Amino acid sequence: MKHSPVDVVVIGGGHAGSEAAHAAARMGARTVLVTLRRDGIGVMSCNPAIGGLGKGHLVREIDAMDGVMGRVADRAGIQFRLLNRRKGPAVRGPRAQADRAIYRSAMLAETEAREGLEIVEGEVTDFLMDGARVAGVRLSDGSEIPAGAVVLTTGTFLRGVIHIGDVRRPGGRMGDLPSVKLAERIESFELPLGRLKTGTPPRLDGRTINWDGLESQPGDDEPELFSFLSSKVEAPQIACGITYTNPRTHDIIRDNLSRSAMYGGHIEGVGPRYCPSIEDKVVRFADKEQHQIFLEPEGVNDPTVYPNGISTSLPEDVQEAYIRSIGGLENATILQPGYAIEYDYVDPRALNAQLALRDVPGLYLAGQINGTTGYEEAAAQGLVAGLNAALAVQGREPVIFSRTDSYIGVMIDDLTTRGVAEPYRMFTSRAEFRLSLRADNADQRLTPLAMELGCVGDTRRAAFQQKMEKLDHARGLLTSERYTPKQIGSVGIKVKEDGNRRTGLDVLAFPDVVFESLIPLVPELDATEAPIRRQIENDALYASYIERQKRDVVALRRDEAQVIPVDFDFAAVDGLSNELKQKLSRARPESLAQAGRMEGMTPAALALLLARLRRNGQAKRA
Amino acid sequence: MDTIFALASAPGRAGVAVIRISGPAAFPSIALLTGAGRGGRGRTVRRLFSADGGVLDDAVIVGFPGPGSFTGEDIVELQIHGSVAGVSAVLGRLAELPDLRMAEPGEFTRRARENNRMDLAQVEGLADLIDAETEAQRKQAQAVLGGALGKVADGWRENLIRAAALIEATIDFADEEVPVDVTPEVSELLLAVQSDLSHEIEGVRIAERIRQGFEVAIVGPPNAGKSTLLNTLAGRAAAITSEIAGTTRDVIEVRMDLAGLPVTLLDTAGLRDAEDKIEAMGVALARERATAADLRVFLMDPADVPVDLWREGDIAMRPKADLLGDTDGAVSGLTGQGVDKLIARVQDTLGQRSASAGLATRERHRHAMMVALDGLTAAQGLLEQGPEMYDLAAEDLRHAIRALESLVGRVDVENLLDEIFSSFCLGK
Repeated sequence: MKHSPVDVVVIGGGHAGSEAAHAAARMGARTVLVTLRRDGIGVMSCNPAIGGLGKGHLVREIDAMDGVMGRVADRAGIQFRLLNRRKGPAVRGPRAQADRAIYRSAMLAETEAREGLEIVEGEVTDFLMDGARVAGVRLSDGSEIPAGAVVLTTGTFLRGVIHIGDVRRPGGRMGDLPSVKLAERIESFELPLGRLKTGTPPRLDGRTINWDGLESQPGDDEPELFSFLSSKVEAPQIACGITYTNPRTHDIIRDNLSRSAMYGGHIEGVGPRYCPSIEDKVVRFADKEQHQIFLEPEGVNDPTVYPNGISTSLPEDVQEAYIRSIGGLENATILQPGYAIEYDYVDPRALNAQLALRDVPGLYLAGQINGTTGYEEAAAQGLVAGLNAALAVQGREPVIFSRTDSYIGVMIDDLTTRGVAEPYRMFTSRAEFRLSLRADNADQRLTPLAMELGCVGDTRRAAFQQKMEKLDHARGLLTSERYTPKQIGSVGIKVKEDGNRRTGLDVLAFPDVVFESLIPLVPELDATEAPIRRQIENDALYASYIERQKRDVVALRRDEAQVIPVDFDFAAVDGLSNELKQKLSRARPESLAQAGRMEGMTPAALALLLARLRRNGQAKRA
Repeated sequence: MDTIFALASAPGRAGVAVIRISGPAAFPSIALLTGAGRGGRGRTVRRLFSADGGVLDDAVIVGFPGPGSFTGEDIVELQIHGSVAGVSAVLGRLAELPDLRMAEPGEFTRRARENNRMDLAQVEGLADLIDAETEAQRKQAQAVLGGALGKVADGWRENLIRAAALIEATIDFADEEVPVDVTPEVSELLLAVQSDLSHEIEGVRIAERIRQGFEVAIVGPPNAGKSTLLNTLAGRAAAITSEIAGTTRDVIEVRMDLAGLPVTLLDTAGLRDAEDKIEAMGVALARERATAADLRVFLMDPADVPVDLWREGDIAMRPKADLLGDTDGAVSGLTGQGVDKLIARVQDTLGQRSASAGLATRERHRHAMMVALDGLTAAQGLLEQGPEMYDLAAEDLRHAIRALESLVGRVDVENLLDEIFSSFCLGK
């Protein structure tokens, strides 16, 4: 059977796949999402939480591009916390516990409702090839879907192996079958692969936990939502419990280390250092007497509890023994044992900044398959791949996110120019322009770009324009007039009597001055809504730092704009050392900026590259 | 766009030194430097002043307005007297002016190329600058500034990484078991670096280095005539010579002027497995000083030079040319045979080094240290206000570390993560 041709096929309905399919469809591309099971769309296979530090920024950015993750997470959120609330706005990260069932059903509903997006249940067993080009997919029932571009978002399915103690079996997630045939086809592309691992804790039955006497962590009183379009919490709110391991727990783990998949030598993959197993914690930090465990309910009507902090690959009987040594968990039953999973990933340096494979035209990769971890990282890549797949099919210019405009840009650049050594997770410290790339201004950074691309719905467009008008109005009030130190002092703000006149915005940058302090000076400001007030304060707080970084931003953008053609011959650049020539030929940077971030690059080598690029450019024009 | 400047002529003592300034602030900077209302266009002779009004030098000032100049931007060239101290003072003054900074290696050329003022062949002539990457710069800086500073800079790196890692841990792992307030430890780490930086900026060590100049060690087996050669070069009997092998035990230093370059010659104990305890100490000292010296002159057959002491650019000559039939590549302190050649080679090598890694490097690093010190001072102020200000403190610290890259090497987010994960048990 032959399906009628479509623009974009997305394989996989996880976080990368959902976001990719939605993004392509929003761009007006006829899109098919192929998933093993319809009810597998939007499944959270690890812990039931969205957002956090760096990750919350990504969700906001996806939302600013009118993506789905933020809105769905808001609907499913059962405990909202703004991390770093007491620190500066640049490092605040929205986070929410999500009800797994609501998340899944809300994501499915969004996906079914999306115009131009069709869900096909089935297993992709092969690509349709047009020469070297991927031109669609073949399903296990023999049907074919021809497509202009294919986005592959199949997570850990490449040579995925699940370990519980010394028991191992092939598999993607628990319960999913690895797609062998497709894996073989991908093998034939001879992509550079690496091996990683990750782990999960045992899931507990919340009804068997003794919650009395355990610490409780409630959500924030004023929940901070993800989406710029959301206005209120929808699901009932819950608290998480906190408990701790103890020396007895550690003894049990230590005594059984040889039976752990990881310590028994069954695993070769590299795990994430920020998410070590409990075995690792006990071994590496032997003098720590306890480790914190967050008991996170997986849903309002779901007894399953995710004990965050004790992922493991010990055998089931040991898991049960150490769980029951922990306060509050003395009688807890395990619903699903913890396990470690090992899988191949594609070295993301084989991708360009559109997340398209350089050597396999028509094929885009997004999510865990690129060596990342986390729902948010996956979804953000899905967005990038989905947008660019649609743009490519439509014959339009690609959209490239920059380190200067978004965490998405930071991540894509890190992945495609530097590769990964462990599962890649976003941190705010990865963003050198952290003070300007804030969760609070993600819409101002990215929604204009999204509107230009045409992937924004009417509701968001209207909401954004309205917000911008309010912001502009308030900023106008704050900059239209300059006040003498005397005038400023008269409303109780301390200021140097230096004779300099200052605008309201200048004064707002003073420590201890808040928006409200200025209302006596500019009475019209009183009508400004609270969110607009906070936004303007945030901008003023960082104004001098952002000004200082501007030069770096300009320099970086200039180098990013200097595109290096795909067929550029690095070996032909006279004067470059052989080592650099080889490095460049391998990495094939797409812009002067990327080349500049490669190890061993020098200002002089960049000047040589630039010279050659300019000359080639001139030759073409001539 | 920044305005950049650098010494355009070879460093070291010379009749005239040329400093080139390129960018939008080139002409305005001349007004500030000379105190004249407007200046720099055409060719003029003006007096240059320091910030406090002291006289720096008299200069011939030549202006090349863009876009017809070398870089395509406004350029001013200052021709001043070629003394090391004078050039240093003018470069230091330029670094204080608004919007001016020391040029990176290759930067004039890059600007020229960007403004289409250079053909490819000219740019390709830059190939020899390729070693100017951060790491190489750091090594070069350490070579120029001396081993002592190198060790200090390694310490800075350790402190800065630890400090940044602590702050970032409180930010990026706020929901985990990490300390909330790291101000005391971070402050202490930064204070140590600040104090070193102030010391270096004062120029104590650097000035000493300029004054002392290069060290050239004479190395060789016992009784090769090292002391005789030293005496000949010094023109006086600075070292005791005798026919008894092992006469020199301590290291003898003689300062001299080699074609304008200040050089300290070191006469060292002959290298051999000494049985005499005191002589053995002398040999150990000889090896140590020889390793630390800027250049080694080996009085032995080139094939016999110990590989662990040999560095690129070193000189090996066979000793006692007076006793050899074939005197090519040999030297004799006694008769003076080959001494001229030796001096020429030493001059040549050191001259090149001072040209490639001389004053400009020192001035660049001084500037980097000043920017870094400002950043660290700002960070300290913010740290004292508590964790609420860590986002800003982190930015000032990052700024400071970036400025110091040429001394401490590049500090990447991965360095911080390494430090964080080895210090704290993280992971939910």
